[in-house]
Amino acid sequence: MGQIKLNQVTKSFGDVNVIPPLDLTIEDGEFTVFVGPSGCGKSTLLRLIAGLEDISSGQIQIDGQDATNVPPAKRGLAMVFQSYALYPHMSVRKNIAFPMKMAGIDEAEQNRRIESAAKALNLTDYLDRRPGQLSGGQRQRVAIGRAIVREPAAFLFDEPLSNLDAALRVGMRLEISELHKRLKTTMIYVTHDQVEAMTMADKIVVLRAGNIEQVGSPLDLYHNPRNEFVAGFIGSPKMNLVTGAEAQKHGATTVGIRPEHIDVSTTEGTWKGRVGVAEHLGSDTFLHIHDTGLADLVTVRINGDIQVSHGDDIYLTPQLDKLHKFGADGLRIN
Amino acid sequence: MARAVTQQRKLINTAIAWGIGLLIFFPILWTILTSFKTEATAIADPPVFLNFDWTLENYTAVMERSNYAKFLWNSIIIAGGSTLLGILVAVPAAWSMAFVPSKRTKDILLWMLSTKMLPAVGVLYPIYLICIKFGLLDSRLALVVILMLMNLPIIVWMLYTYFREIPGEILEAARMDGASLKEEILYILTPMAVPGIASTLLLNFILAWNEAFWTLNLTAVNAAPLTAFIASYSSPEGLFFAKLSAASTMAIAPILILGWFSQKQLVSGLTFGAVK
Repeated sequence: MGQIKLNQVTKSFGDVNVIPPLDLTIEDGEFTVFVGPSGCGKSTLLRLIAGLEDISSGQIQIDGQDATNVPPAKRGLAMVFQSYALYPHMSVRKNIAFPMKMAGIDEAEQNRRIESAAKALNLTDYLDRRPGQLSGGQRQRVAIGRAIVREPAAFLFDEPLSNLDAALRVGMRLEISELHKRLKTTMIYVTHDQVEAMTMADKIVVLRAGNIEQVGSPLDLYHNPRNEFVAGFIGSPKMNLVTGAEAQKHGATTVGIRPEHIDVSTTEGTWKGRVGVAEHLGSDTFLHIHDTGLADLVTVRINGDIQVSHGDDIYLTPQLDKLHKFGADGLRIN
Repeated sequence: MARAVTQQRKLINTAIAWGIGLLIFFPILWTILTSFKTEATAIADPPVFLNFDWTLENYTAVMERSNYAKFLWNSIIIAGGSTLLGILVAVPAAWSMAFVPSKRTKDILLWMLSTKMLPAVGVLYPIYLICIKFGLLDSRLALVVILMLMNLPIIVWMLYTYFREIPGEILEAARMDGASLKEEILYILTPMAVPGIASTLLLNFILAWNEAFWTLNLTAVNAAPLTAFIASYSSPEGLFFAKLSAASTMAIAPILILGWFSQKQLVSGLTFGAVK
């Protein structure tokens, strides 16, 4: 079991209010991702749940029990840190065994769990090495192994893939998702990378300045962003946000259109612009269009086979049914 | 870009390095050589370098006149005791400064270091009086405490620098893994800080061993360490150079040997944190 509930939780550091009163429920077995720009309080929120920081007011419940004043070790949660935080003076085996040693689990059981975790994480050949002798990906696996063997109520991940190179990151992303499907344990994952959030989460919590901007499934957030901030944050490349006369035409202060929802033509369309940089990914091409008279730069996603070059004139037509409208307060207008 | 180093350049650099090394070591070498000369050769003009009749007579004389073992024992007790006591006080201090710093931590560290700038003689009189008052004159206990206090800023600073290098996340990981504060310190922090603690111990042992102001001023017979042993052979007229050299050699030999075997540890301790 691993339901985590935050009731009116706040956190301030001195006079600075990092988390204003916040309510959130994370259901048992859910993969929840906290996402937001740096400094939005997502890591702080995770550390509050872990018990590494004390909350200023409010209550944290784990499985219906008040855990507000329970020390981190007693909350039954396991954490994987960005820097892996392995014990450098211990072998991989001892690193993984450490939480079990602290819990007083007998040695036979310890060994059984170590072997099984090592097998699942491809670490069997490295058990006698020190963390310093491992690659980044292997270290991250050891950190995950150390978390698994505790059989925690929930796993907390604090930007665990930030220190890995791009290729490894994709691999580890899959491994963590796979792990979640297998263990069915609650996982809370903090990242600033919205691609990680979209690909891994059951539920995404978008944070800005300690406030929850929206909670929902990845596709829910993509299709129905509650406000301009979420609209701009979720989706890659970013949604184009247009203000002024063009927006007023649609009865809104701001309209948003995703790069993939704009049709392009060399002969006719609603907006006319000039092709700037074209980023070719093979399957897709991202065009950055200048001089449309709208936003500074409009990004369009087109099929990779279409040939356009820098400086060409181009016409853009937004798909009207995919238009997102926002009012003066930044909130969505339906 | 790496600088190109020619063979010739390397040779010159090596020669210069050796030259400087020998220059620094020369007074010690001269002391050792003189200790094997007769009193007459020791003050010969021009000085004799290696070409003399080697003799152990100075050592025999010194051993007969003084109780070397007693001085040595006092040195060990005073240097060792003050260092151990210092570590005991400094470890918790450095820990709290490194891991739970407050707004004033930096100021406290600087203030502590500033006490090292005070000339020791400035407080000789009050401390001397305190020692008399408590019957601690010529006692090892007084010197253990005074030398500990004197070196404490350095011990705290060194340990603080070491602890600062230990990432806080590792300690948090231990906390998440169920370790109590005691277990966190015992299983995680201490093993990780062992090299730091060891070189701090070593350096402060050496500093305390060599300390000559308080050890000379506050001791007479009972608590006199090797510094007093050397001093007892110096004479205002500059006579008995050979015996003085023999006594000096005997006093510095233990620490020289210790330093030789632990030089790697010492260098790494002193340059720790300088390069990432």
